[in-house]
Amino acid sequence: MGAILEARDLAFSVRGAALVRSASLALETGQMTIVVGPNGAGKSTLLKLLTGEIAPSRGEVRLEGEPLSATPAWQLACRRAVMVQNQKLAFPFSVYEVARLGLEGVGRAQGRAQKDAIVARALDTAGVIGLAERQYQTLSGGEQQRVQFARALCQLEAGRSLAQRQVLFLDEPIASLDLCHQLSLLDAAREIAAQGAAVLVVLHDLNLAVTYADRLVVMHEGAIVAQGEPSAILDDELLRGVFRVSLSFSRLPPAGQPFLLPQQHLSGLGSVVPMRAAGG
Amino acid sequence: MSLAIKPAAPSGVEALARLAAGRRQRNLVTVLVLAGFCLLLLLLSLGAGAFAIAPGRVAEILLAKLGLAPQALLDGREALVVLNIRMPRLLLGALVGAALAISGALMQGLFRNPLADPGLVGVSAGAGLAAAATIVLGDRLLAGMALKLPFAALPFGAFFGGLVSTLALYLIATRNGRTSVATMLLAGVALGALAGSLTGLLAYLSDDRQLRDLTFWSMGSLGGASWTKLSAVAPIVLPLVIAVPFLARGLNALMLGEAEAYHLGIPVQRIKAIAIVLVALSVGASVAAAGVIGFVGIVVPHLIRLSVGPDHRLLLPLSALGGAALLVGADIVARLVVAPAELPIGIVTAFIGAPFFLWLLLRRGRIAEI
Repeated sequence: MGAILEARDLAFSVRGAALVRSASLALETGQMTIVVGPNGAGKSTLLKLLTGEIAPSRGEVRLEGEPLSATPAWQLACRRAVMVQNQKLAFPFSVYEVARLGLEGVGRAQGRAQKDAIVARALDTAGVIGLAERQYQTLSGGEQQRVQFARALCQLEAGRSLAQRQVLFLDEPIASLDLCHQLSLLDAAREIAAQGAAVLVVLHDLNLAVTYADRLVVMHEGAIVAQGEPSAILDDELLRGVFRVSLSFSRLPPAGQPFLLPQQHLSGLGSVVPMRAAGG
Repeated sequence: MSLAIKPAAPSGVEALARLAAGRRQRNLVTVLVLAGFCLLLLLLSLGAGAFAIAPGRVAEILLAKLGLAPQALLDGREALVVLNIRMPRLLLGALVGAALAISGALMQGLFRNPLADPGLVGVSAGAGLAAAATIVLGDRLLAGMALKLPFAALPFGAFFGGLVSTLALYLIATRNGRTSVATMLLAGVALGALAGSLTGLLAYLSDDRQLRDLTFWSMGSLGGASWTKLSAVAPIVLPLVIAVPFLARGLNALMLGEAEAYHLGIPVQRIKAIAIVLVALSVGASVAAAGVIGFVGIVVPHLIRLSVGPDHRLLLPLSALGGAALLVGADIVARLVVAPAELPIGIVTAFIGAPFFLWLLLRRGRIAEI
């Protein structure tokens, strides 16, 4: 079987500003793809193009061989779930209800007991089952993020009865999480990939990215400048050119996993103060 | 520690199932209480007024009409009052109240803002302007042709005005098939102000009798209710009731935001268009039938949300029930306070609604963050 999602030569511009200039990539099931890049590199715009939220000015995205633009919303929803950065909610829904919103579009096939079970499993996986009765708006940012993750999981599981293969998109899913929950969320995402879905994550933390990525996509100024297995594509030159930092680049035993320690920023803004990590 | 997908601990799932069952039971109780309250109001409303009839007697007459009690009961003056005067008024009140409350709930869902209301986006103002134009200009135009303005022209004018203002609003706020909620809110305020100023101009131009008509109409009343009027309004409000189950899921998903609702598989643009048309229809129809009655659309959905939560599957139908109850109740008050005369019902709802709205604003930080 081929790639579940294919994007060819995507471009997107708003009023002459090219947010994505040239991006081609394919997502394979069973793989975790992580997109990294500096602020404004076009990561979130790329994600919006891949999920169908916005239409590209040039190029095309195909999910299971069908163009996104020709696929009805409910069918897309069966094949892919998205966790976006926005976590606002207008009305006082409980945590349980927010997670259950994941079933509004794709949950028609399930009975009530089935839905209850799906929501419970998702809340448990996201580690928020204890908050089920709490009002969503009273949660901390990190807890809200985990509830949104649970919502995406609900959608994915409900859609599984209607779609053979699925994609999970996560846009900076660990931005407000503590270290323990960062790892547990990424572990859960990797487990979902291992069970046969394609997972695409936008991340800022390079070390977590190289740890979790089967495939790393590096974006810079609206273009994909490198993609492939992390240890194969990451080198000093790429990091200097894209992230404007000098890093000490080493490999951790025993697997030789790349490990990056920021040394100094090269942006030229303000005075250049050496950033040395303790024990570096 | 790995939290990958796995069967949840049975205790957690069971606890959740218990919680969900408990919530469903509580909601059922709320529905039953509200329905019982409506039934009580129905009996009271049919009996209350300058010509008072005991609730028991009202029940007997209703049973007789249904063939469950002696038919002789239907011959008296009481039966005439109950069946031909108060019954259409009660039903019109219930229908208008339900339509206004559902429109309020739809608007609030659409705008993701608990303070939104058909009055807010200029729909009521547009309907009001068209009605005022009908009263003031229509009279003059027809006088030249030696005709008298038929009363029926007013409802049609109002309905037309509501539709035109909603359509204008939609065209202004929609670009490339996407409706911007912020633009729509602001455009609604501007259109409402424009309609208000034109209505003021018409009031300035009108003669004494027209001014009196205008004033009474703008305060809202169920006084003109008849079976004929009721049969004109019911077919317009009915589509609203039919569309509700379809809209509820979409509006729930919209609470997360438009992009998120799309990701969840909801046809966002279609949901928004349907909601807008339904609001125009029901507000136009109810303004046409009963004049401008404010605050029902904001008070009722909020109270329902407080008791059963914000899920539109329950919120929409219960708002209809609650809106009907509120308006029928307000009508009873309007008939009793200054009997044998009666107050315009809009005064009663505003007297209840305006302080409520202020209270809502003051505690707003706790109900929404927008």
